[in-house]
Amino acid sequence: MTYIKSKIRHPKQPKNSIGYVKADYEGALSTLCAGCGHDSISAAIIEACYEMSIEPHRLAKVSGIGCSSKTPTYFLGNSHGFNSVHGRMPSITTGANMANRDLIYLGVSGDGDTASIGLGQFCHVIRRNLNMTYIVMNNGCYGLTKGQDSATADFGSVNKSGTENPFPAIDLAGLALELGATFVARSFSGDKTQLIPLIKAAMSHRGFAFLDVISPCVTFNNNMGSTKSYEYVRDHIPATAAHEFVPQEEEILISYPGGSNTSVRLHDGSSIQLHKLNANWNPIDRNTAVNRLQQAKINGEILTGLLFVDKDSRDLHEVINSVDQPLNSLRKELLCPGTSALNKINDGLR
Amino acid sequence: MEPTDITNPEYFHKVVDCQYACPAHTPVPEYIRLIAAERYADAYMVNWESNVFPGVLGRTCDRPCEPACRRGRVDEEPVAICRLKRVAADNKGDVTSRMPVIKKQKNGKKICLIGGGPASLTVARDLAPLGYEIHLYDEWHKGGGMMRTQIPGFRLPEKVLDEEVGYILNMGIHTHFNHYVDSMKEILSQDYAAVFVGTGAPKGRDLILPGREEAKANVHIGVEFLASVAFEHIKTIGKKVIILGGGNTAMDCCRTSRRLGGEDVKVLVRSPFADMKASAWEIEDAKSEDIPILNNMPPKEFVVENGKLKGMIFGKVKATYDANGKRSLIPSGEPDVFIEADDVIIAVGQDNAFPWIEKDLGIAFDKWEVPVLNKVSFQSTLPGVFFGGDSAFGPSNIITSVAHGHQAAISIDQFCNSKDVLERPAPTTNLFKQKMGIHEWMYDSPVEDDDRFKVPHARKELTLKNIKAEVELGFDVQTAFKEAQRCLNCDVQTVFSASKCIECDACMDICPTSSITFTMNGEEDELRTRLLAPAENKSQDLYISGELHTKRVMVKDEDVCLHCGLCAERCPTSAWDMNKFLYGVTKVTKII
Ligand SMILES: Cc1cc2nc3c(=O)[nH]c(=O)nc-3n(C[C@H](O)[C@H](O)[C@H](O)COP(=O)(O)OP(=O)(O)OC[C@H]3O[C@@H](n4cnc5c(N)ncnc54)[C@H](O)[C@@H]3O)c2cc1C
Ligand SMILES: Cc1ncc(C[n+]2csc(CCOP(=O)(O)OP(=O)(O)O)c2C)c(N)n1
Ligand code: SF4
Ligand code: SF4
Ligand code: SF4
Ligand SMILES: [Mg+2]
Repeated sequence: MTYIKSKIRHPKQPKNSIGYVKADYEGALSTLCAGCGHDSISAAIIEACYEMSIEPHRLAKVSGIGCSSKTPTYFLGNSHGFNSVHGRMPSITTGANMANRDLIYLGVSGDGDTASIGLGQFCHVIRRNLNMTYIVMNNGCYGLTKGQDSATADFGSVNKSGTENPFPAIDLAGLALELGATFVARSFSGDKTQLIPLIKAAMSHRGFAFLDVISPCVTFNNNMGSTKSYEYVRDHIPATAAHEFVPQEEEILISYPGGSNTSVRLHDGSSIQLHKLNANWNPIDRNTAVNRLQQAKINGEILTGLLFVDKDSRDLHEVINSVDQPLNSLRKELLCPGTSALNKINDGLR
Repeated sequence: MEPTDITNPEYFHKVVDCQYACPAHTPVPEYIRLIAAERYADAYMVNWESNVFPGVLGRTCDRPCEPACRRGRVDEEPVAICRLKRVAADNKGDVTSRMPVIKKQKNGKKICLIGGGPASLTVARDLAPLGYEIHLYDEWHKGGGMMRTQIPGFRLPEKVLDEEVGYILNMGIHTHFNHYVDSMKEILSQDYAAVFVGTGAPKGRDLILPGREEAKANVHIGVEFLASVAFEHIKTIGKKVIILGGGNTAMDCCRTSRRLGGEDVKVLVRSPFADMKASAWEIEDAKSEDIPILNNMPPKEFVVENGKLKGMIFGKVKATYDANGKRSLIPSGEPDVFIEADDVIIAVGQDNAFPWIEKDLGIAFDKWEVPVLNKVSFQSTLPGVFFGGDSAFGPSNIITSVAHGHQAAISIDQFCNSKDVLERPAPTTNLFKQKMGIHEWMYDSPVEDDDRFKVPHARKELTLKNIKAEVELGFDVQTAFKEAQRCLNCDVQTVFSASKCIECDACMDICPTSSITFTMNGEEDELRTRLLAPAENKSQDLYISGELHTKRVMVKDEDVCLHCGLCAERCPTSAWDMNKFLYGVTKVTKII
């Protein structure tokens, strides 16, 4: 019986620019089923945060309920975390973000947590363009409660008990685009070369960054007829582009032959390099994204990659013109300026 | 790269670093697990089958396995493999009933073994069960060779040696002790079907310097001195003793001197410390017995006054290295140093010596007086004569002599049956599944964090007074258990089936040491740079799968895998499985 991961690491493990090794970004040993896609996404988050040299104490992970929402225990063990109520991750994150805008917010949810019980919260957090990364680990089922079809299960998809899904799916990426999300991407747990740069870009975006990550449930939704199995997804994913995330201080190194290359500058000065596989594709135009997504659906394809990014995104703090300083650091003198200040205000209103 | 052929026995054998490094390929992790399970007699027999002298080796082995131990690559120190072997020997109880049964009915062939050291004794042990009539000659009154004449009793108690030599001699070996063989011709004229020469490298080198002749009453040759002490012909030595040389013989000589009355004992080495041949632990033990080691001081002359040795004069040098790393010792310019001494022991090396082998017998020697041998069969240029141990390729150690003995025994049996001596039996291999449940294995898969445990020593006040008192006390069984648990079970192999893998990455993500990568195939050198962690240790192989669904391959760098089994626990399809790989060097006959 194991469930014990040795503390021994590769003797040549490198350090990032702030002196941390990858192990410093790990969490507890996962208790998810062996082979669960969610674990791969956790590994991609660890890698992305390590490579971006994020100081672990500057990040807060927030999640709802589900196998997916359990994963924050399994990564970034030195960061802040809040495992909240089913479907309520967005409101908890909103509150936290309002109170301390200096942290990096990483929301983790499932397709059940987001597309069913939490759908309302999801819509509103998009509308408000809260500065956060929102990852849905999308397996098309309620893994934690033993695999019932979720609202993202495709029409006609067959679940483990052999029943065809009679309802159309909610496409969370499409919905996010429709609601005005300022960063929308889709990826696959089994493709880290694509997923890691997308996570980095999402975390560098100011505003709401949504990542819909197809993540096979090996136990309840990896069967024949499922459209979220490893095999099915691998056979049906054309990508919009090959991506490379370029941190602000670095030169762009990769240039792809053929196709056309674009670079999208992100808020913090970093950029995402896109080697577009389709010349007509424009990641900064919401309309082409909506169209391509529709087209892919008709073709029976799962379109992945960066779908849309709004470079001029204004996040909630900017919109409501909140104070620059985190609320939790405002001292009493500032919050309660005293009678004379009150009198001054009252006088101004006379 | 081509997919790895794991059916080649050498592939997984190489992964078991310690076993691979052991000249006799003792299945180390197998016996370490048996020790942890308190099955000491079983652990002893696993050793005995491979290395013949577990109790001796558990105290004195040169331990080539330990620098090779994987634990040393991921932790500060290797597993105390050698000292665990001793635990098996110390706690085994009576194993006589487990020893091979020797048939009364002989096969009619007589074999002559010259020399009674570990090499000859191994040949005897391997051949006796087949019905050979074995005659063993040694110049001393007891068997064991240098294990008896050279290795001091405070490192190897006589009782331990007697017991293990006894297991072999009790197999009906005809011993001819106190019998120095002075003519090979005479041996060959007898009716032996084959002759094995295991006479060691008995000649200690001398140092001819000014004053050597005049000082001779107080100048001793290391190996001769130790033999005289072993047989109690020498019982005392002067208070001030100089030992010349930096090898293990020098260490035994200085520590022996401390026990014979030497109070001011010094070791003088002509070269830098870093180039000393002695094992680190022997140097450490000497130093802890208050024996200074002075380096970069070549001896120049013996100083004799009134016919009595007074001391020695040493020069002072420093080492310089040319572009090829070749060392030269050049005078440092400092003045010579005189060091007082009542006795000097010269321990600067040994040579083979075969004055008793007539030159016209067809046994060829090269220009260094070393016999010309086939490296696989140990056969000399005279087909019925075989060599092994130190007499074959110069001084080495016990475990190497044992390994030679096993191979020579095979050759002798082939030869006696008119078969080609170069036809060697394949090793035996076995893969056992270790799975007992989803997260349960037949071995203790979690990796312990403990640092290497130290073997306790007896108090110096006691050991320096009694030359027979053993210095190392051995692990107690509780510490032995803990030390055994440091073993990474490198023989429990990660076995990959590409056809089952769904490329979920779970194994790659969980692996503590980033040993697994899924990537596009390539040429080895380039591939090594592209892995999750750079695979810079080229002495360790890459395990490559065939092409997977996504056209990638699985690449596992064997270098720092902890054999923790997490990859296999995480794999949803059992594409990884943990299998115990038992590799055995085939002996001439099944021993146990
Ligand atoms: C001081 C010292 C300390 C050592 N310590 C260690 C140690 O700690 N660990 C280790 O692994 N190795 C050690 N060694 C090396 C080890 O002892 C030898 O490598 C090993 O014993 C060689 O075995 P062998 O069978 O080849 O011959 P030997 O052990 O040398 O035995 C040969 C025997 O043949 C006898 N003989 C020789 N010629 C004749 C003849 N013509 N007729 C009859 N008999 C003859 C010799 O007297 C001797 O008894 C040490 C060596 C020395 C000198
Ligand atoms: C208020 C509430 N309703 C229902 C549940 C039961 N429940 C637990 S997890 C879950 C669905 C989780 O699905 P998803 O978010 O897709 O996570 P997965 O396990 O698939 O990763 C449900 C319905 C709950 N815990 N709380
Ligand atoms: S039930 Fe499904 S989603 Fe949950 S851990 Fe297992 S494989 Fe992952
Ligand atoms: S056994 Fe598997 S998980 Fe453990 S170190 Fe080796 S490759 Fe990695
Ligand atoms: S865990 Fe198993 S199925 Fe998954 S990638 Fe590794 S070997 Fe393949
Ligand atoms: Mg789900």
